[in-house]
Amino acid sequence: MNFGDYGGRYVPETLIPALDELTAGWEAAKEDDAFHAELHHLLTTYAGRPTPLTLAERFAPGKRIYLKREDLLHTGAHKLNNALGQAVLARRLGKRRIVAETGAGQHGVATATVCARFGLECVVYMGEEDMRRQQPNVERMGLLGAEVRPVDFGTKTLKEATSEAIRDWITNVETTHYLIGSCVGPAPYPEIVRDLQRVIGGEAREQILAVEGRLPDAVVACVGGGSNAIGLFYGFLEDDVRIVGVEAAGAASLGTGRVGVLHGARSSVLADEDGQIADAHSISAGLDYPGVGPEHAYLRDIGRVEYVGATDAEALAAFRDLARTEGIIPALEPAHALARARELKEEDELVLVGLSGRGDKDLAEALAHLR
Amino acid sequence: MKRLVIYLMAEPETPELARAAVEGGADVVELGFPFSDPLADGPVIRRAAERALARGMRTRQCLDVLAQTHALVSDTDLIPMTYASILEAYGWERFAGDVAANGGASMIVADLPAGERPGLRRVQLVAPTSTDERIRLAGEQTDGWLYLVTLAGTTGARGELSPALPGLVERARRLVDVPIYAGFGIATPEHARAAAELADGIVVGSRALQQAERGPDSLRDYVATLRAAVDSV
Repeated sequence: MNFGDYGGRYVPETLIPALDELTAGWEAAKEDDAFHAELHHLLTTYAGRPTPLTLAERFAPGKRIYLKREDLLHTGAHKLNNALGQAVLARRLGKRRIVAETGAGQHGVATATVCARFGLECVVYMGEEDMRRQQPNVERMGLLGAEVRPVDFGTKTLKEATSEAIRDWITNVETTHYLIGSCVGPAPYPEIVRDLQRVIGGEAREQILAVEGRLPDAVVACVGGGSNAIGLFYGFLEDDVRIVGVEAAGAASLGTGRVGVLHGARSSVLADEDGQIADAHSISAGLDYPGVGPEHAYLRDIGRVEYVGATDAEALAAFRDLARTEGIIPALEPAHALARARELKEEDELVLVGLSGRGDKDLAEALAHLR
Repeated sequence: MKRLVIYLMAEPETPELARAAVEGGADVVELGFPFSDPLADGPVIRRAAERALARGMRTRQCLDVLAQTHALVSDTDLIPMTYASILEAYGWERFAGDVAANGGASMIVADLPAGERPGLRRVQLVAPTSTDERIRLAGEQTDGWLYLVTLAGTTGARGELSPALPGLVERARRLVDVPIYAGFGIATPEHARAAAELADGIVVGSRALQQAERGPDSLRDYVATLRAAVDSV
């Protein structure tokens, strides 16, 4: 259940039996053909899988950059892969109430969507600062029948929203499944979310082999909690392929963080020398988180994945450039990956970038900065 | 005699407040070492932690407050209560050693459940959701007494004492051989009396913090009402 020395279950005792139940339920589901068939059916007929690969010829002249188009998935981001899988799992566990946290609102929308689809009660915690930045997603969640509960203390962003979602889960654990949005949290969540997102890397590997006849030189994805990245990377970990994770420069849990414990897991976190969690800063609400999935910390330590940063300004420039050169408005999160991908050295000619979501939600924030 | 545990947040005023709590009848003082993201805590303790952190209460300062409190109330057990991130940063063994060196009788780590780091001596918690197997494990590993979390939820006052408590006490009595203290949601003398009828001790946190904000006299009077309620059992 751990990734080297990272991971674990650093939660109050009240949750331990629920985590045991979740672990058993997940192990059973993984072995059950009916679970995979149901999920596959939903992913193909409801979510829109497989998502295409698009060659971005004009965005980065001199390179062949392929975009894995999770932005074309229903609800506009990779988050739905995980939300669908966990909703099917929650029903198997007999849970009728779902709580979730959201930062950019993409996970909240995905969760509200699957709850509408399955008739589950849905409560989403969201920081007030993020509600301001991502107003369209707040309205979407309401339309989908979810209750969005503002979190008005601390940083008023994803960190506090996650804490409040976990507190809700502690209080309502008998009836409620916590549908965590990234590969973070106590075991077995990082593993569940990774396995539900591996479809991204699995598809992308087959697709690039089909179109190019070889593996890419490099695979690049943005990393907040790190779920789209881990899902994409898992398709290539065993290959001789350079793998790069791109964090927001002001929220670089892997680049500038230290070992700490946040939201139930030991990982690399932004914290002071006393273990107090620090504030993250990013224009992208989805990357504005001081923690990261424990498996990323492990992949960094063993040297398999490089983690680098991109600034707000670099992400904004890539956001604008992809729109103008390819007719694709990316979310600000994968704009960080695009910014680094186009600057890779010449030998990294064939590059695969995870385009984890679309940018409609970011228009107001991005345009205010670009003007 | 039933034991009364009062929780206070570690701040510069805490030694004086702890003395007032002991004068009011507290047998044990839990000393909160504030953490930025306290998952087990409701709004009252969370806000107190935010304030303490804003005043610069980091691990070193908290240990100093522990030592000062120990000097004032040396016959009273003092038990730091905190979160794993603090120990991870300070060093697990070093933290345990420095707590003991500064007068701590044991400690509580709210997000380090039984079974994790068994070598770290601490008061273990069990909850209504705990299986019999986990209650037995916590009983074996706990340091002195077992902390019964009366409800599924975070710290904080509730209108009624948790209906889950009698069943949890009954199970714990059957499974463990150590004193059991009940905490979470105990705020009034009525709660205190009812909980003390079942358990060997009670823990009062959020309401005690609210009284402490009004000063030592207010806290002393409040603790005395709890003492009287507990002693009436």
